[in-house]
Amino acid sequence: MFPAAFDYRAPTSLDETLSVLKQHGEAAKVMAGGQSLIPLLKLRFSRPELVVDIARLPGLNTIRRDDGHLAIGALVRHVDIAGSKELAKTAPMMVEAANWIADPLVRNRGTLVGSVCHADPAGDWGSVMLALSAEIVARSAASERVLHSSDFFKGPFETALKAEEVATEVRIPVRKGPSGGAYLKLERRVGDFATVAVAVQVELDGDKVASCGIGLTAVGPHNIKATEAERSLDGKEPTDQVIAEAARLAAEAAEPKDDLRGSAAYKKDVVRVFVQRGLKTAIARAKEVKA
Amino acid sequence: MATEVHMHGRIGESIKRKEDGRFIRGKGNYLDDIELPGMLHMAILRSPHAHARISSVDTAAASGMPGVIAVVTGELMAQHKLAWMPTLSYDTQAVLATDKVRFQGQEVAAVIAESKYQAEDARDAIMVDYDVLPAVISPQQAKEAGAALIRDDKENQKDNHIYHWEAGDQETTKAAFAKADKVVRLHTFYPRCHPAPLETCGCIADVNGATGKATIYMTSQAPHAIRTVFALVTGLPEQNIRVISPDIGGGFGNKVPVYPGYVVATAASLLIGRPVKWVEDRTENLISTGFARDFHMTGDLAVDKDGKMLALRVHLDSDNGAFFADAQPTKFKAGLFHIVTGSYDIPTAHVTADGYYTNKAPGGVAYRCSFRVTEASYLIERLVTNAAIELGMDQAEFRMKNFIQPEQFPYHSATGWVYDSGDYPKAMNVALEQLGYDELRKDVKARRKKGEVTGIGIASFTEVVGAGHGAEFDILGLRMFDSAELRVHPTGKAILRMGTKSQGQGHETTFAQIVTEELGIPAADVAVEEGDTDTAPYGLGTYASRSTPVAGAATAMVARKLRDKGRKIAAHLLEAAEEDLEWESGRFYVKGSPDKAKTIQEIAFAAYTNIPDGMEAGLEGVHYYDPPNMTYPFGTYAVVIDIDKGTGQVKVRRVVAVDDCGVRINPMIVEGQIHGGLAEGYGIAFMELITFDPEGNCIGSNFIDYLLPTAWETPRFELGETVTPSPHHPLGAKGVGESPTVGSPAAYVNAVMDALAPYGVTNIDMPVTSDKVWAALRAAGVNE
Repeated sequence: MFPAAFDYRAPTSLDETLSVLKQHGEAAKVMAGGQSLIPLLKLRFSRPELVVDIARLPGLNTIRRDDGHLAIGALVRHVDIAGSKELAKTAPMMVEAANWIADPLVRNRGTLVGSVCHADPAGDWGSVMLALSAEIVARSAASERVLHSSDFFKGPFETALKAEEVATEVRIPVRKGPSGGAYLKLERRVGDFATVAVAVQVELDGDKVASCGIGLTAVGPHNIKATEAERSLDGKEPTDQVIAEAARLAAEAAEPKDDLRGSAAYKKDVVRVFVQRGLKTAIARAKEVKA
Repeated sequence: MATEVHMHGRIGESIKRKEDGRFIRGKGNYLDDIELPGMLHMAILRSPHAHARISSVDTAAASGMPGVIAVVTGELMAQHKLAWMPTLSYDTQAVLATDKVRFQGQEVAAVIAESKYQAEDARDAIMVDYDVLPAVISPQQAKEAGAALIRDDKENQKDNHIYHWEAGDQETTKAAFAKADKVVRLHTFYPRCHPAPLETCGCIADVNGATGKATIYMTSQAPHAIRTVFALVTGLPEQNIRVISPDIGGGFGNKVPVYPGYVVATAASLLIGRPVKWVEDRTENLISTGFARDFHMTGDLAVDKDGKMLALRVHLDSDNGAFFADAQPTKFKAGLFHIVTGSYDIPTAHVTADGYYTNKAPGGVAYRCSFRVTEASYLIERLVTNAAIELGMDQAEFRMKNFIQPEQFPYHSATGWVYDSGDYPKAMNVALEQLGYDELRKDVKARRKKGEVTGIGIASFTEVVGAGHGAEFDILGLRMFDSAELRVHPTGKAILRMGTKSQGQGHETTFAQIVTEELGIPAADVAVEEGDTDTAPYGLGTYASRSTPVAGAATAMVARKLRDKGRKIAAHLLEAAEEDLEWESGRFYVKGSPDKAKTIQEIAFAAYTNIPDGMEAGLEGVHYYDPPNMTYPFGTYAVVIDIDKGTGQVKVRRVVAVDDCGVRINPMIVEGQIHGGLAEGYGIAFMELITFDPEGNCIGSNFIDYLLPTAWETPRFELGETVTPSPHHPLGAKGVGESPTVGSPAAYVNAVMDALAPYGVTNIDMPVTSDKVWAALRAAGVNE
């Protein structure tokens, strides 16, 4: 449990960070909170030549309300999200999800953006981003790109991010209509990765569903956006039957594997149960907002 | 002169633990806290394969790396006749592999370097060529014709069978079964789990080249026995070996055996002449050190039409891993498993056991259990609940009907045990009342009508702890007595040393309280020291709940010896006849004149300053206690659970645990022990599992895969007690540390089985995970 040797840089500006990354490319690994990277280093599963610690970069630890969206900086930690008054108001599902992340020690140091970039298929934030239709801002020495979350996750621990890029923030669209969300997680022990987790966000238009987002955790090579299930609700009144059908479609979108946490059939069924429960909770919460 | 007597800390008082001050301040002294001048670090290269022939080990690159002092291979160990070592079960175990690797994680080579980083870097540079062989990962595979022969190193070993063992009476059991109205069968697998102490195993070997003295700091629950084993293995004279067990962060049986790392570090220190530290990481601990359970059990219970038990037949296939290294009394190949008739008056029983080699880690230890009692208790308690359900009887009523009755003690069991004392119906009644059983049964009925899945489980376990006596119980011939040495200083303060070794059990408090009770010295004035073989009297160590039954008894006996001497000194000081003195609360007084008295402190001072002519000075003594019998703690645990039909998650609503461990010395420590064991029992029932894929890769090799319960998962515990003293223990105490791990897994699982009984489900093997429960529900057509 002692890492192989690596070089370490702790730049103090974004420009310096980007130039270091340009120079070192694939040999470098960016670290924010370190809660995923450090265990991998200690197990010697990851052996980067260089660790670029961005913890000292200024201006990245804020939650900001911009035009039509919330911008969450790369150094905002899970604990900040769990305690954010702004998010409790505008995206309470994120607060709920933050409290499901690992344990207090990890939440105190780990970051949302770091977790999204780590792209663990069992990571919680990816599904939340997908359910909320979030965007990821990627900066390199040469350019800035804004990537939609549905184009971001490519495979296990694999994203659309390039080696010379740093994700500087995520953007969460602010909904106009009454909306509500829910994050449901099945874990074997507190702090465990999800067996299955489901993020659900619903926006209402009167008694009908205006829009819906459903993200699935730990049931595929990466976090999955259950698009068919989402569409099945569009413009519909969410009756038990409509919800059950959406849950069935979400379960169909899942591609889990058998492992110690359970069989593929089990995980698919938990997706169904959770989407069903999650939709009901999210709709009830949206109605509360309306009331 | 009126004498004030301070007696704080007598038996029955919940005084705070004396040792906790240093632990909660971070001032404990654990193995890895110890730094010696010039100390080197060792890293062990382990086999990635479960079964493979080693064709070559190339250490050239590793040897040349920065900071590397030596690379030790099996070949080098063989040159010193140390490539193999004896196990605690009269088998042999490879120290560093020379011919084959026989389990994933087996020790192949070791690097000794200036720093731990350098040691691990060089370890990665050792090149080993393996020819992979088929892996055998279960007793079922081990006994198949044509199964790979694991122990081809042993001359007369033609298959993978290790032992056959029996207890009870085959003929009478057969006859009883022939007359039975009903036979209930349960086949269950108690899976491999691991004690997983928070501090892993390790040692620092410091061999002084000038004096030849080998000082070995070691995370050992049994330092004295280890010293003797070391002397026998290495040939070093025993007076030149000093084993020191510093503070230990949990043992649970994992720190009883001798591990190859200890032997390699010691050999390396001997060859290099500098101290060598070796500390396992978590994965090394989980994949290579003493596991627990891994028993495949089949039980048949014969009953008559009135629900009276007639006979029990049990067969067990034991998976012992690559080397038979179980830590248990020599005579008993399957430990004390034949306590399997439990709390029930079963007229006849027959137990058979077969042990098998597999390509899995060796060293079946009793994880918080007295040598396989846990498996026995689980089998009988699960079987009894299944039988009750099958008979259509209430679980509690069926137990009550078949309990050994209080007047039957001492009770001779069908498998040869003599139970010392017990009142099982009383413990059951206390538990049922505390739970509100009758009301809860109605509530369960009402909830089920509403479609809820809910149940109540009961287990009424009987433990057998406190080994020996020595004629019956030994480890490698060492009789299982234990010892206490008590020295009272002139100022009336004392030091107590024992052959046991606390790993968190609170010995420094509990044993001081025994001195307080017997001698009247306040517990705060009694230092308790264990674990240094140069200073403590010889003993077999702490495991199998034996410290209080054995070393605790030794402590009482040595204190009584000193009290007898104290009486002589008091008589001298008071100018009275010995027989005219009465003892009470730490002082002797003259009968009829309670003011004419001498306290133990005054007597202690006189022992060094004013002794009668002809008496030896001083107030100290030693006692080696060989218990006349085991002690038999017992209790009834009851658990209420609810099942989420959507996910199969089991939520424990209530746990009532009524324990009878005889006289309680420090009730707070006893309750703490029970809380800890109930939490571990919960982990075993629902979470903990070490399993293997078909290639023999160990799954459960870190705390992501091997799930220990946290405070979050652990249910709230409601404790109760009855007190039935042990008739043969000087204090009436029985030992308690393991009762909750022995008794609770069956209670938890029985609750799940009670909930699923309406759906025809009769067994789910542990760990009872949500996916298994979900599968059972869906198979029965239950859905959300």
